[in-house]
Amino acid sequence: MAEENKVKLHGMWASPYVKRVEIALKIKGIPYEFVEEDLVNKSQLLLQYNPVHKKVPVLIHNGKSICESLVILEYIDETWKNGPPLLPQDPYKRAKVRFWTSFVEKELLENVLLVVRSEGEAQEKAIKVVFEKLKLLEEGLKDLFQGETHHIDGENMGILDIVLCSLFGAHKAQEEVLGVKFIDPEKFPLLSSWVTAFTEVAVVKALQPPHEKLVMVYQFLRQKALRPSAAGVEVKEGVYVTSLSRSSPF
Amino acid sequence: MAEEEVKLFGTWASPVSRRIEVALKLKGVQYEYIEEDLTNKSPALLNYNPVNKQIPVLVHNGKSVAESLVIMEYIDETWKHNPILPADPYERAMARFWAKYIDEKFWPAAMKIVVANGEEQKGEIDEIQQQMKNLEGELKEKKFFGGESLGFLDIAANIIIWLVVAQEALGMDQILNEEKLPVLYGWLQRLLDDAVFKECVPPKDRHLDLFKVKFGSSK
Repeated sequence: MAEENKVKLHGMWASPYVKRVEIALKIKGIPYEFVEEDLVNKSQLLLQYNPVHKKVPVLIHNGKSICESLVILEYIDETWKNGPPLLPQDPYKRAKVRFWTSFVEKELLENVLLVVRSEGEAQEKAIKVVFEKLKLLEEGLKDLFQGETHHIDGENMGILDIVLCSLFGAHKAQEEVLGVKFIDPEKFPLLSSWVTAFTEVAVVKALQPPHEKLVMVYQFLRQKALRPSAAGVEVKEGVYVTSLSRSSPF
Repeated sequence: MAEEEVKLFGTWASPVSRRIEVALKLKGVQYEYIEEDLTNKSPALLNYNPVNKQIPVLVHNGKSVAESLVIMEYIDETWKHNPILPADPYERAMARFWAKYIDEKFWPAAMKIVVANGEEQKGEIDEIQQQMKNLEGELKEKKFFGGESLGFLDIAANIIIWLVVAQEALGMDQILNEEKLPVLYGWLQRLLDDAVFKECVPPKDRHLDLFKVKFGSSK
């Protein structure tokens, strides 16, 4: 295969944004080289490929770089048309998937991160917001799945499944660290069965760090936000995980 | 072909609402426009967008689509003539990347400028000028981000006009000035001159008045 056609992914083992891209590449059966970045000491290549945000993931294909995980997912779907599709064919169904993906990204993810990074009253407030958003998502799923059970496997995982998986694939670790159960089968039956389903998909399982590592990630994120001097890191804008970069992935 | 029913719920001063008007007009799609009062949202709007109850909402043959960039992709995929997005996947990725940048970086930065003062405001202006320099890197020698004609990113970048009007309303120096940002400045003039686009900007005087009321009191 020509050097140009090679696919490289610059990423970091603990980043859920990177995980999204890995899942998509594996579903499509695209071979790629993974370049582990130390986010404390970013490589020259990373800074060259993503000068605007200086973040991972960055996908390199045909010598060109594509940044921002959701943009990368659509690029993958449009470039490799032979593998399973990451979006439905119908424009209206595509719009619904994109809408809910944007909702998960902006409304859910942001607020879950707020819960991780806060305590006391501020955290109580953030938790309340997450439950409100989860309720909206549960309602939305009824419309999205149209009353049918959403069966997920390695062949039909799409962008929304991938993004939700990148957030709640670690729900057990979140529960352990935060003491809050977001994926509650009694409150959110559709969402819970969906989360259970995609965590069982072989591709997802293979890419998921062990529970203990995920607990460590969430504990670290919490420490970094609440007691940065104790965490031993300089709190930098936009750095997802700093000293975790130095520990091994598995 | 069956009669198509297209409705757009929006507001006159919202950039995200105006984006959809541009997209529909570029495609020559006939639509009914419903002006919403956001302090008193219509039952129809709440019915069509129960999740975030926001405009714009596009309703096509009874089915609703929300979120401006999602709506724009829907429009491009449904009415395939005069494409808004380029054909090449890499070019599409670039358009999406920069549209996201505008919504997630530029707009919050613009919001900060209009409420800030003194040194803080100066810092925010420097930041946004750097962002616009980054955008110039994407525009390069082209007439528009979309090439010879308006594209997805040109439409998404309409928010830049809102900053220009706000700065004028507040009596500030030109942030997007020809000296510092010649490439983007040229683009803006061409954008405002475009036959379709210029129908889809808020009337200048009314817009200035709105901003004077909204942001003027903090000065």
